[in-house]
Amino acid sequence: MEYLIRFLAGGIVVSAFAVLGDVLRPKSFAGLFGAAPSVALATLGLALWKDGGDYVSVGGRSMILSSLALAVYSLVVCQLLVRRRWPALAATSAAIFVWLAVALGSKQLLIG
Amino acid sequence: MAVRVRWSALKQSRWYEYLLRFVLGGLATVLAGTVAQFFGPEAGGLFLAFPAIFCASATLIEKHERERKQKLGFSGNRRGTEAAALDAAGAGLGSIGLAAFGLCVWWLTPSLSFGSLAVGSVAWLTISVFLWRLRLNLRIHL
Repeated sequence: MEYLIRFLAGGIVVSAFAVLGDVLRPKSFAGLFGAAPSVALATLGLALWKDGGDYVSVGGRSMILSSLALAVYSLVVCQLLVRRRWPALAATSAAIFVWLAVALGSKQLLIG
Repeated sequence: MAVRVRWSALKQSRWYEYLLRFVLGGLATVLAGTVAQFFGPEAGGLFLAFPAIFCASATLIEKHERERKQKLGFSGNRRGTEAAALDAAGAGLGSIGLAAFGLCVWWLTPSLSFGSLAVGSVAWLTISVFLWRLRLNLRIHL
């Protein structure tokens, strides 16, 4: 049941931000909503209700590192699209390895 | 450059594209929760900024822009790629705002509880929009 609630909450919040990204112009501004805290709001909201503030606070610290990994990911995707002319699906999928490396590497280095 | 709302963009998406993003959003949230459950909140927190939905969004943007140009008799490939790149550039700036969201959660949640999510969301939006304006004014190309 908990997984279903999580799934529905995440789906609704992510879809809401995605629709905002669809209708807003210019495209570069709409892109800001590609890094909206949609998954975080759904996940942390449920975790706060279930596990309390101290538990959620620890997750926030890791999120700072993965957000910076997302910034690197976006930059790599941008370069693959503009300079290498890769299709969007190939560029965004391949760059996930960059996100994983930066997120996991920085966590291991800074948090342990 | 003024920000505007183009409601007609909603008609470009098909029902299964909305469903795809709903399912991916739900799965990303389940993934973050499951990782936190098995490996602790530190590992789970990493997946709060996992770019799962971004893959679908960028691909859909590329497809929609290409189709729009193809209706006018052009190939639309270049336009599609450029639109997806612009979206990625925006997401890059939004990520810095997302880090500010994480910082608010880290510092404020023990005292503010749910209020920290509201403060974090305002911080995300403020910093993201500020960086977007700054990039525009300084004409920085990523």
